[in-house]
Amino acid sequence: MLRLLSFAAFLATWWGAAFLAGDQKLPPPPIVLAAVVAEAKSGALFFHLGVTLARVALAFILAMTLGAALGYLMGRVRLADRLGDPWLILLLHLPALVVIVLAYIWAGLTEVAAIAAIAINKLPTAVVTLREGTRTLDAALDEMADVFAIPRWKAFRHVILPQLAPYLAAAARSGLSLVWKIVLVAELLGRPNGVGFEIGVAFQLFDIPLLLAYSLTFAALVLIIETALVQPIEARLSRWRRRAA
Amino acid sequence: MQLEVSIASKVYTNAAGERQEVLAGFNFALREGEVGVFVGPSGCGKSTMLRIVVGLDPDYQGRVSRPPGAKIGMVFQEPRLLPWRSVEENVRLVAPQADEARLSPLFGTLGLEAHRSHFPGELSLGLARRVALARAFAVEPDFLILDEPLASLDDALAARLRGEIATLVDSRTVTTLLVTHSVDDAVHLGDRLFFLSQRPSRVIAEVPIHTPRGERGPAEIKGIKAELARLKLANL
Repeated sequence: MLRLLSFAAFLATWWGAAFLAGDQKLPPPPIVLAAVVAEAKSGALFFHLGVTLARVALAFILAMTLGAALGYLMGRVRLADRLGDPWLILLLHLPALVVIVLAYIWAGLTEVAAIAAIAINKLPTAVVTLREGTRTLDAALDEMADVFAIPRWKAFRHVILPQLAPYLAAAARSGLSLVWKIVLVAELLGRPNGVGFEIGVAFQLFDIPLLLAYSLTFAALVLIIETALVQPIEARLSRWRRRAA
Repeated sequence: MQLEVSIASKVYTNAAGERQEVLAGFNFALREGEVGVFVGPSGCGKSTMLRIVVGLDPDYQGRVSRPPGAKIGMVFQEPRLLPWRSVEENVRLVAPQADEARLSPLFGTLGLEAHRSHFPGELSLGLARRVALARAFAVEPDFLILDEPLASLDDALAARLRGEIATLVDSRTVTTLLVTHSVDDAVHLGDRLFFLSQRPSRVIAEVPIHTPRGERGPAEIKGIKAELARLKLANL
């Protein structure tokens, strides 16, 4: 109910602003909705959203897997931490745009370059979060697993991983928002499809309804994935916490 | 299974870089199925000794001979349960082969039947300690290591839990090491008492108790304590 009210307030503000700014600069909701429907009918909307979503998924999985593994290693092994730290600091502070442009120059305007560039942007934050998480692992529980001779993989799965779950969730959460932001830039600069490409086209044609149509459906998609996928997983992971007295 | 321990020396280097000898010439032996109780002042290195015996600390001089492949069940000073697993899941993690026929009487003896599906965060310390005990017994250990399992419990609860430990220890042949600073625990549970010195710690007296655990009434307990007093050991 509150969410609906909040959404209504958003629409009202938009409509009011459109009235003040004029249709040229900010078209009112019905015009944008018409653009959305037109794009949906031609199938272009779903195609571009699908392409972008696939890139997000691939880059996200790649960066999370690699980042978690590297972060765990750096948290556990001192040597790995000291070797990896300068690289990590460099990657953390390298602007996304630089990574994307360099990836396109070195690997060509290819899908691999785009996905790699997005993944590299997200990678260092995942590494840092998981490294911190690994450093907080409870040595007392490791000893328990050791004394009771719990097999290694089983101890990792049931003793280590649950301790890292909040850090994995945090890395996924912040990483996902980063990927959402960067994917459009990567598409704008070097891909012939996807939401970012369409927004670039709309910008060049000064087609504001089209621009808003893609931006808003993209935002809606992000919102749906957040509430339908990310939040339930988080809630499940921390269910033992809430029941704790 | 028999256990022979002779720790020549164990040295700690603290954060300030000072070397401190914790154990020196710490020797003892336990026969199969015996309950050895270690009584000593707090901070004398009892937990350090246990960590060496179970193999958690390889950095010492000396020798610990315990049969290879012997199963160890341990109750740490803190329960060390996994907070994201229920009581039953905690026990089953270390003892995947344990079936209902084994777990049911175990949970029954320790009064945990009603708490099987609770998470450790929902338990009191006394209950969490019992879960740690259940976990240690569920693996059907050859060696049972108990590191002050009754510390910081009130007297009534400690006495009850002591009785439960006695029942479990007598239910099968298990060589047990119990560390405590309570003479009460020692005279109720031990077959062989070891009294320890201050740091650097070693065994200064070994007292076998011949009356079986089950037959130690108030009179026998009083007798054993009197004997300890005569040896000037009761106040250590």
